[in-house]
Amino acid sequence: MAVGKKDIECPPYAEGTPLSDEDIKSGKVTYVEDHPDIRYSWTAGQAISRFLNGLKEGKILGVKCNKCGRIMVPPRMFCELCFKPIDDWVELKDTGTVQTFSISYIDPDARPLPEPIIVAVIAIDGASPNMGIMHILDEVKPEDVYIGMKVKAVWKSEEEREGAITDIKYWKPLEG
Amino acid sequence: MEVEKISGLKFHKKQDVAIVGAGMTTFKRRLNETGRELSYMAVKQALEEAGMTLDDIEMVVMGSAPDTFDGLHMKGEYLLDGSGGSDRPYMRVFVGGGTGVFAPIAGYWHVASGLADICLVVCEEKMSSSYPHPQSAFKYIWDPILDRPLNPNLIWIFALEMRRYMHVHDIKHEDIALVSVKNKANALDHPCAQVAGKITVEDVLNSEPMALPVRRLDVSPPSDGAAALIMVAPHIARQVTDNPVWVTGVGWALDTTWWTNRDLYFPRYVAEAAKMAYRMAHITDPRKEIDVAEPYDPFDYKELHHMEGLGLAKKGEAPILTREGVTARDGDLPTCPSGGLLGVGNPIAATMGVKACELYWQLAYRAGKRQVAKEVTTGVCQAWGDLMQVGTVMVMSNKR
Repeated sequence: MAVGKKDIECPPYAEGTPLSDEDIKSGKVTYVEDHPDIRYSWTAGQAISRFLNGLKEGKILGVKCNKCGRIMVPPRMFCELCFKPIDDWVELKDTGTVQTFSISYIDPDARPLPEPIIVAVIAIDGASPNMGIMHILDEVKPEDVYIGMKVKAVWKSEEEREGAITDIKYWKPLEG
Repeated sequence: MEVEKISGLKFHKKQDVAIVGAGMTTFKRRLNETGRELSYMAVKQALEEAGMTLDDIEMVVMGSAPDTFDGLHMKGEYLLDGSGGSDRPYMRVFVGGGTGVFAPIAGYWHVASGLADICLVVCEEKMSSSYPHPQSAFKYIWDPILDRPLNPNLIWIFALEMRRYMHVHDIKHEDIALVSVKNKANALDHPCAQVAGKITVEDVLNSEPMALPVRRLDVSPPSDGAAALIMVAPHIARQVTDNPVWVTGVGWALDTTWWTNRDLYFPRYVAEAAKMAYRMAHITDPRKEIDVAEPYDPFDYKELHHMEGLGLAKKGEAPILTREGVTARDGDLPTCPSGGLLGVGNPIAATMGVKACELYWQLAYRAGKRQVAKEVTTGVCQAWGDLMQVGTVMVMSNKR
């Protein structure tokens, strides 16, 4: 083993060859392109299947653990803190409180959206404090949303509902 | 933060662990080199600093983030050649963005346990292969049943967390933007920096909205790059250098993926990880005992959030320390003197280069123009990741 370098500034040099998008498009660099088409079908599992079937009936279902006393949503088959099976299924209200929110100008691929959308974490009434789900807010101007705002689910019609998180179209301010 | 003195915790190690060399490539949005080539470059630089050759390396730890960016599974195995991993014990670790400090923690196990006297840690990321934008790969982090039907972008979780943090402590965006201004300016002195620059608070506040409150200049960029560290036992450290830097504490903790069930204003899991690392390092008052910090800063508010999780500031106090210049390179608690992810770049796992590697260089007084003004003995670096759930922490000191 040699003795290491001393009295140097690190990193001593910066290696690597930067490229621009243009270098790729113009074929300046050698590259290979591929578009894998991989398909998946995710089973929803025991707890979330029951939750989704509840949504189809216009209900938001939670679960209760009698040991820690938490009423949880989204539901799960076991309490992750007590590490035991949950004790009860509970029907929660379709109202809640905005815990935090964002006004999104981008889609999942970071492309600009034609109109910004409002996304929020909504703590569901009837569940323990801070038990929220992520969903969309509408029928409200972005500048009028605030943390602590009471909101209510706007459901798809019974025929349209299919047992998906999108059976709730969005949440709107609860008047009064 | 109150941290108990070490009591009854079984931190039995076979030997102390020192860092004697580090290296990194340039960080750029797109590099021509493959992941293997980038890993090779970073390892070569670390070996040069330590005065070693690959023959001296006994075991190798590799850290790299989701295979989705590369469109290539078994990425650990693919990267093995460039990481110097052939024909020796080799493993890949991964905890999302937390990998940049988790990989050196894994290197620490190798040496502290006595299994190896010399362990090489390599982190590599090539995000540009996912084309045209790596955001398209990030969307696969979301729950396929409950989240993905809402068409989320990964920026959402940060925006939601940032808003909650600002709300609870009544923090203004102006104060958060100061972090971006500071880190991008610090990065001007880093030879590997991707987005260094002199910007103003107004530039941040007027930049393009992404998912408000997050704007373009609140965010670090996707990058390609690699970094490497060499961790050794005390008798090896003595042979190669008079000034090793010792790893005095490591800690890590993960919370559940049920992130909508916790109050996002405080990263409890980072605090847990820090508590573990501080106990091991016998640190009872981090604000006083830590001289330099490299908390994870993929977004400007994250540096503040993590300073509070690390106990370097009271809850809600980090923006005040920033405004008062305490976290500047010549301040009392220099924070992200490297320029961080906001200035140097964010090649997920390879951010080890601006976290663990930078802390080593600062404590070895080898950071050149980036060297902090005050005398330094002890420092902390931290990374964060997954669905707002993982904290990884390492404490280093130039005194054993």
